[in-house]
Amino acid sequence: MSSPIITLDEISKQYDEQYAVDHLSLAIKKGEIFGLLGPNGAGKSTSILMMLGLSEPTTGSVHVCGINSTSNPIEVKRRVGYLPDDLGFYEHMTGFENLLYTASLNGLSRKLAEERANYLLQRVGLTDATNKKAGKYSRGMRQRLGLADVLMKDPEVIILDEPTLGIDPEGVREILKLIQQLNKEDGITVLLSSHQLHQVQQICDRVGIFVKGKLLAEGNMEELAKQLFFEDLFIIYVKAEPIDSELIEKIRTLRGVNHIEQALDKLEIYVDHDISADIAKIIVQNNISLTQIQKKNYGLDEIYHRYFEGGDSRGEAPNS
Amino acid sequence: MERLQTLKGNIQKWFTIPNREKSSHMTAFQAIVRKEFTDYITSWRIIILLLIITFTCIGSLYTAITNIQDALDAAAEETKEVARSAFLFLKLFTISDGTLPSFITFVGFLGPLLGVALGFDAINSERNKGTLSRLMAQPIPRDFVLNGKFAAALLINALLFFALGFLVMSFGILILGIPPTLEEFLRIICFLILCIAYIAFWLNLGILFSVRFKQAATSALASIAIWIFFSLFYSMLVELLSKSILNPENIASTSDAISKQGLVLNLMRISPNYLFTESTTTLMSPSVRSLGPLTVEQTTGAIAGPLPLSQSLLLIWPQLTGLIAATLVCFALSYLLFMRQEVRSK
Repeated sequence: MSSPIITLDEISKQYDEQYAVDHLSLAIKKGEIFGLLGPNGAGKSTSILMMLGLSEPTTGSVHVCGINSTSNPIEVKRRVGYLPDDLGFYEHMTGFENLLYTASLNGLSRKLAEERANYLLQRVGLTDATNKKAGKYSRGMRQRLGLADVLMKDPEVIILDEPTLGIDPEGVREILKLIQQLNKEDGITVLLSSHQLHQVQQICDRVGIFVKGKLLAEGNMEELAKQLFFEDLFIIYVKAEPIDSELIEKIRTLRGVNHIEQALDKLEIYVDHDISADIAKIIVQNNISLTQIQKKNYGLDEIYHRYFEGGDSRGEAPNS
Repeated sequence: MERLQTLKGNIQKWFTIPNREKSSHMTAFQAIVRKEFTDYITSWRIIILLLIITFTCIGSLYTAITNIQDALDAAAEETKEVARSAFLFLKLFTISDGTLPSFITFVGFLGPLLGVALGFDAINSERNKGTLSRLMAQPIPRDFVLNGKFAAALLINALLFFALGFLVMSFGILILGIPPTLEEFLRIICFLILCIAYIAFWLNLGILFSVRFKQAATSALASIAIWIFFSLFYSMLVELLSKSILNPENIASTSDAISKQGLVLNLMRISPNYLFTESTTTLMSPSVRSLGPLTVEQTTGAIAGPLPLSQSLLLIWPQLTGLIAATLVCFALSYLLFMRQEVRSK
């Protein structure tokens, strides 16, 4: 279960003077769901194209299922299904025909292809739309057809580039459930890229955070939080009237408080464990009216905010 | 050195593809050609063009037949023998009474349009629809997409022209009652092959633009612009130039005149349309003996008579190879561009 199925070894992709991917090393284990998380233009798609041998790395090497993707892309593509982000189908053909065409490109016999297409259409819940022209499919249906299309070749690994882009919440839920099923029941290794944090959080075993062509951190959610935030595991938001420096000083002396930010009648207190009760007590003891206290632990939202949008304002990216 | 090694390895791999792989590649290629072919014959664009070409051909056939028949009726019985030796059958393709152009003029004019229509959105439409990246993720060599599209379009082209050519021939036999001689038949076959090569050039130009330009409209307009330039304006431009080149005041001797005439002719030959016209006239009118200027000395004593097929072919060989070379250059360019292009569309 733990042998790597995708290995990236120090790969770089240079466009003119700029690195789209900058000496990236990554190993994805067989049977896991790995999420590649990063803002637009971070180099996620470029890395994926290199894994499929559709783009040549400037330096470094990529191995998928033990095969070098750059020198032997066809063998890799026989085993790997790829769902591109700007997915499209031949609109004048039905969903079923589109799947059959993919099958014929993979050298499947007609009979086998029809069986498989019917089975997969049923599995992704498109049985009713089997003979509908693909041009009439909704965005969510197209994405599900895309998933069926990827599965036609019976892949060992599927790589999904932004699989949930532009789909309504219910559709997203269904697709994520499907991906999870494929992983658990069929034992397919899944690599998905996204900038939508909550979804990645829901289904991925491990996540890699990708910014400006570099992998900032990798691991499961807990490890990530630790790597990225040292001890700031919680933020406690306090709303009180009035807030004075005496109060702030008192809170600062509490054990576990790392950092306090003040904004008008609000305080943001960064702590390493849950001390909201103590804080509440201090505020009440000082005869200050506490209107609101709220605790929040870190999700990917904060990670995202801090690293992608807030830039490096809170210091250098921590090295683990 | 390392590059050389990998190149050598690649070449070896190329020659030692296992059988299973080779056959699965072949079925994939067939699948692409089949799909593209179906797409073509079910698309309105191509259906309309095919209908236009068919109708104009029927029209020109009608005028040709009425003309020839009038001439035949007017002449006495024994002239039929003469008619046969004068390649009357070939006149089906070349004659016109001035109201409707002849078959070869039509093909020269509409053929490029068909070629461009077959090729101009080959790659960029796949790219814009987002199907290209999906295709590229399948276990097929990258050039299959380009080659498959080219093969399918060429197949349509060949089918259309052989069908049309044979139809014209059969109608000619039925209505005129004169069967073609073997030589006439061979000449017509050569003519049809020439038509296909000519349209293949425009097809490849269309494909080249479809690889180069991201928008189908841009590539269509660019190809049509080139087509109009060569079929209308290029000859005017050369005529304008030739006025100064062939100005009698500048010509010193006979050899000078001939070389200057040759220069003008070669300028004309840059246009694929001109190459096509030259070759078709030579093929379909066996009395054409030379495509360049002839001196009086060369023509004195020559007996006016038709050239045998082999000599006609020899005469147009440079034109034919030139056309095919232009086709190959276009294809090679689009191939190179396509192989180097990023798959990603946006």
